[in-house]
Amino acid sequence: MQPITKEAVQVELDLRAGTDVHLHLETTTGSYTLMGPEKRPPVIAFARNVVINYSRGVVTGTGPFRVGLKVDDGWVYGDGLTDFEVNDRDELLLAGHDGDGQLTIALQLSVSPFREA
Amino acid sequence: MDPAATATAPTTSFDPAAETGVLIVLPHPDDETFSSGGTIAALSDAGVPVMYLCATYGDMGRRMGKPPVANRESLRDIRIDELRDACAILGNDFRYLGLRDKCVEFEDPAQVAATIAGHIEEQRPSTVITFVPGYGVHPDHDAIGQFTVMTLRNMAPASRPRLLGVAVSGADPALPKVVSDISATARRKIEALRAHRSQTQSMFDDWAKTWDVETLLPIPGAPEPDAQTLAWRDRLTKQETYYLLDPDARTLLD
Repeated sequence: MQPITKEAVQVELDLRAGTDVHLHLETTTGSYTLMGPEKRPPVIAFARNVVINYSRGVVTGTGPFRVGLKVDDGWVYGDGLTDFEVNDRDELLLAGHDGDGQLTIALQLSVSPFREA
Repeated sequence: MDPAATATAPTTSFDPAAETGVLIVLPHPDDETFSSGGTIAALSDAGVPVMYLCATYGDMGRRMGKPPVANRESLRDIRIDELRDACAILGNDFRYLGLRDKCVEFEDPAQVAATIAGHIEEQRPSTVITFVPGYGVHPDHDAIGQFTVMTLRNMAPASRPRLLGVAVSGADPALPKVVSDISATARRKIEALRAHRSQTQSMFDDWAKTWDVETLLPIPGAPEPDAQTLAWRDRLTKQETYYLLDPDARTLLD
């Protein structure tokens, strides 16, 4: 992945607007937070291969970045995004990483379903 | 309370030469090395076939390497390569159940248990290793442990392999311990941990601040390690501890 530039990501969001796309949206603290010094419970959510169709998709912020996707009856929202990539399957991958390079958030869009186990 | 029930249970030694085959059932690529790398190497040195049944591809992990080499979509293939390399170092075979990482506990228990039963029938292991249900910390650990307990429960007692459990955090002190001395194979365990590079590089970086992983000696002048760190080092270089599970006994997940 490479650091997000708004211009490049905006082009990719525009390309996928108005078509049915598969969404992978995820945030994670990791599963072992209870073993850490602060003993916080893990907070993790993901939704994979949910089909959406957004009329407007925008990337904002000065880094980390935010993305909002306007769908018919609501929104898809993500904050904390730092890196992006369009892979060889033409999937737009946006992710946030912490100082240790560990994933904190992923917001991904693909016309084809994301690969499942 | 019955004092006998709370007394510390007996401890025995794990004897690789006494095994005819070992089946390891855990959910993630690297669980086998962290929990049992030294034992697997000792078993393969003794000519005992070891099969690792890995429930998921570890594709929902949040460690992406340091510096990051993976993303959410490429992590699966990277971890498949890493597990292959680690198993080549330790000397065991491996297969996947193909479940989605983080979602093991939501699968149909009977279906997963039937799949595990098929592997037991094929491998005919003398010992099966899994997580102690309820002491795995990660929900996938607890779930695969429970499914494995259920698998053995369904077998006639006389045909059951011995069942050993790994605990990430504590365990019922009433459970008998089986301790595996890995001092002779610790180096290969560390090598296999390095093979799981996307998951372990930051850990090795942290260790390097206080501990020389090659010589297993503390770095001169480094701060005194706390009890948790020392326990970790023992687990990585001295002994791997298992708990003897009775499949018919109630688990924390029953």
